[in-house]
Amino acid sequence: MANGRKIRILVAKPGLDGHDRGARVVARAFRDAGFEVIYTGCHQTPEQIVSTALQEDVDLIGLSILSGAHRYSFPRIMELLRENNAADIAVVGGGIFPLEDIPMLKECGIKEIFEPGAKLGDIIEWVGKNISAHGDAAPLSS
Amino acid sequence: MDIIQQIVAGDVRTIARVLRDIDDELPSSREVLQRLYPHTGKAHVIGFTGSPGVGKSSLVDQVATHYRKDSKTVGILAVDPTSPFTGGAILGDRIRMQRHFLDPGVFIRSLATRGQFGGLTRSTNDMVNVLDAAGKDVVLVETVGVGQDEVEVANSAHTTVLVMIPGMGDDIQAIKAGIMEIGNIFVVNKADREGSRKTVRELMNLIEIGVRRRNGEEWEPRIIETEAVKGRGIDKLYETIEQHKAYLLATGSQRWREAVEKRTRLQLLGVLKDLAFRAALERIEARGDSIDEMVRRIVDRQSDPYSVARQILEK
Ligand SMILES: Nc1nc2c(ncn2[C@@H]2O[C@H](COP(=O)(O)OP(=O)(O)OP(=O)(O)O)[C@@H](O)[C@H]2O)c(=O)[nH]1
Ligand SMILES: [Mg+2]
Repeated sequence: MANGRKIRILVAKPGLDGHDRGARVVARAFRDAGFEVIYTGCHQTPEQIVSTALQEDVDLIGLSILSGAHRYSFPRIMELLRENNAADIAVVGGGIFPLEDIPMLKECGIKEIFEPGAKLGDIIEWVGKNISAHGDAAPLSS
Repeated sequence: MDIIQQIVAGDVRTIARVLRDIDDELPSSREVLQRLYPHTGKAHVIGFTGSPGVGKSSLVDQVATHYRKDSKTVGILAVDPTSPFTGGAILGDRIRMQRHFLDPGVFIRSLATRGQFGGLTRSTNDMVNVLDAAGKDVVLVETVGVGQDEVEVANSAHTTVLVMIPGMGDDIQAIKAGIMEIGNIFVVNKADREGSRKTVRELMNLIEIGVRRRNGEEWEPRIIETEAVKGRGIDKLYETIEQHKAYLLATGSQRWREAVEKRTRLQLLGVLKDLAFRAALERIEARGDSIDEMVRRIVDRQSDPYSVARQILEK
């Protein structure tokens, strides 16, 4: 009878600029797709993002890119996840950024990059196909 | 290390996963809760409740800061509503609590109300127990709600803070007396707005009625004006929460015990309902039947809800 695992997603916006419209739109789309979205607003440091992801036990971190902060913050987030034994949390990014950054982002472990203009429907579909509630694996213990 | 030891030692990932197991109603979480129970009973549980947008998260953030200054560790459970249409939710309470993200002495968890499927009680109490066992000195529980939810928070917290804003006078009049009676502390937040004093006066009138009714209880509900975004009035709120705790703990009084008994009763009933319901579902399944099938039979007038339910419960 258990309703089963609910997928939890952290939507965050690293960097200094305060424009989070894009992130809000994605957060709403995730909600409408039936996911639980933890939304923390702008100005998030990699440390804050990872700390939130751990406490909230999310399956996915969706990062909004806008101001160029991704070149520093994305690799740092991946590094912090590994340091915290949380490499099982998938990370994706999307927003407005130069296409030539894609290889570098993928190389540091970002699972998927949604290019500028990606359709919401495609993002949702990707999540449905690629993300399962990671708690489905054996429960954490010793 | 054993999972219980990990929780008691405050391991973030383990705590986070157990909270998830509880939220997802995994049967295995019952065993963990059972083994964790001897480690619970120390935290001061404080409920913050009130209508959407009145400033609950901002207040929780401010109060948490005061507890940290006092070197107390803090657990926060922040509940937001699940969309009834999609089952999804946007949990945004953290936006107001960013300054605590990097503090290892604060553990914040956002929760969706989810469906109360089949009348199962929400798992918030179980989650409070986990944070309690993990050694948090205080657990702050934020819930949105009017009506039944608020009463439930009150019964499961030691101290209940009811949050309102100026101009809610009419609403206050409309609120049933039963709800006014659950507040130990009333906050009129957004006191920077017009009408704050008036709301305080209206509250005072209303509470007086309540006080007369709750004979025998010596705690006089307090009304505090705050401006959460600027931190105004928070000293007073913090002090008053601590006063309420001291009142509950006063030597020779049974008040703390009574509050705990109230909480425990609610929890026991919740577990009982949950287990009974699960057992019933198992029996239905074992017969090769299903709720949907049963509904169909009832709608087709082959049976009725009363007989169907009794048949399942009778051996
Ligand atoms: N003017 C004013 N605005 C405030 C005050 N406290 C909070 N706010 C604002 O009110 C809005 C809602 O604050 P929250 O703390 O998120 O309120 P909440 O009750 O937790 O909201 P929900 O969780 O959505 O029900 C935010 O924009 C705050 O900045 C205050 O004292 N004065
Ligand atoms: Mg809130």
